[in-house]
Amino acid sequence: MAEMDTSSGGGHKKGPGVKKSKKLSTRVDLTPMVDLGFLLITFFIFTTTMSQPTAMKLFLPKDVEEKDQNKLKASGALTIMLAKDNNVFYYEGELAPDGSNFKSANFKDIRNIIINKKKTTDSKDFMVVIKPGPLSTYKNTVDILDEMQINDVKRYAMVDISDVELKLISASGS
Amino acid sequence: MTAMCDVAFLLLAFFILTTKFKPSEALSVTTPKSVSSEAVVAKDVVLVTMDKDGKLYFSVSDENESEKKEIIDLVDQWKATGLTEQEKAAFVRPSSYVGVPFNKLKGYLGLSAEQIKAYKQEGVPIHDTANNEMMIWIRAAATAFEGQKMNFMVKGDNNAKFPSFKGVIDALKKNDILKFQMITDPENAPPGTELHRIQTARQPAE
Repeated sequence: MAEMDTSSGGGHKKGPGVKKSKKLSTRVDLTPMVDLGFLLITFFIFTTTMSQPTAMKLFLPKDVEEKDQNKLKASGALTIMLAKDNNVFYYEGELAPDGSNFKSANFKDIRNIIINKKKTTDSKDFMVVIKPGPLSTYKNTVDILDEMQINDVKRYAMVDISDVELKLISASGS
Repeated sequence: MTAMCDVAFLLLAFFILTTKFKPSEALSVTTPKSVSSEAVVAKDVVLVTMDKDGKLYFSVSDENESEKKEIIDLVDQWKATGLTEQEKAAFVRPSSYVGVPFNKLKGYLGLSAEQIKAYKQEGVPIHDTANNEMMIWIRAAATAFEGQKMNFMVKGDNNAKFPSFKGVIDALKKNDILKFQMITDPENAPPGTELHRIQTARQPAE
């Protein structure tokens, strides 16, 4: 692109005595500017943050006296427990004394479990109880709350995990 | 060539205009993803940050200088930390955050901006329910923001353990703040799910 007028010597012969007017090229070398332009593009592409963080709302239940709590049919409840290493445990209804309905799952399967439970129970009674264990991470908690939104679960609550459940979790090797 | 340059510079202009520099954050936190699509507000924010070790930090948005002043005054008064005006001003300073127990607050706020970067904060103590210091901070914030809107937010790292988050929830519950927001990264609803159906059904109506 760099063009300089070097055609002073040679060139087409004009007649003798005809002064050759020197023509200056008006074309400017654009290469460095374009280089700089692309450099800036790469810089801005890398630094830009396109996705703004979003906020997820959570409403906490007020701690109320036992007698004021609305009693739901226990069979409509799905209790999901979060353990370490992204393990998920769950049981439907009430926990059997021998822990026979205590099942293990993972974050992939839990969606189907929630959907199935939602389908098979009366929407009046359907409720998900989330019990994050002490070794679960914040990500697990957010993921499971997100799952509530994804599956359009209207009623869910976050409850402290009980000792019995903790024992069952550790007994199942996690 | 000309056409390509045109496009290139158009792109350049676009990125220059859309870019928004992240304020350099001393706390690096990778937030989890969620399908929530609500944008985070920047004003009147009381933020509790949870880093990957589960340590907690308390901060208030820069726009609310007067509230920040009130919060530190209240904390100083309640906990008799004996802060000087200068140390209080350190808290009111933009993008300040606190991640130390009350007994170290005076020493921490006395540090210069460079020293703070090097200072290893241990986080606001929370695990002991009897001595949940985050509760005091939140109460001070709730008092300072009384009568106006306060957006309480929690920004947690993926790897933070649940008990830290539980501590924040407890602190909030004790202050009767039952509504709060968690800062997350956006994510699309997985196809085939209920939410996906709701969202796609809503779109043509809009």
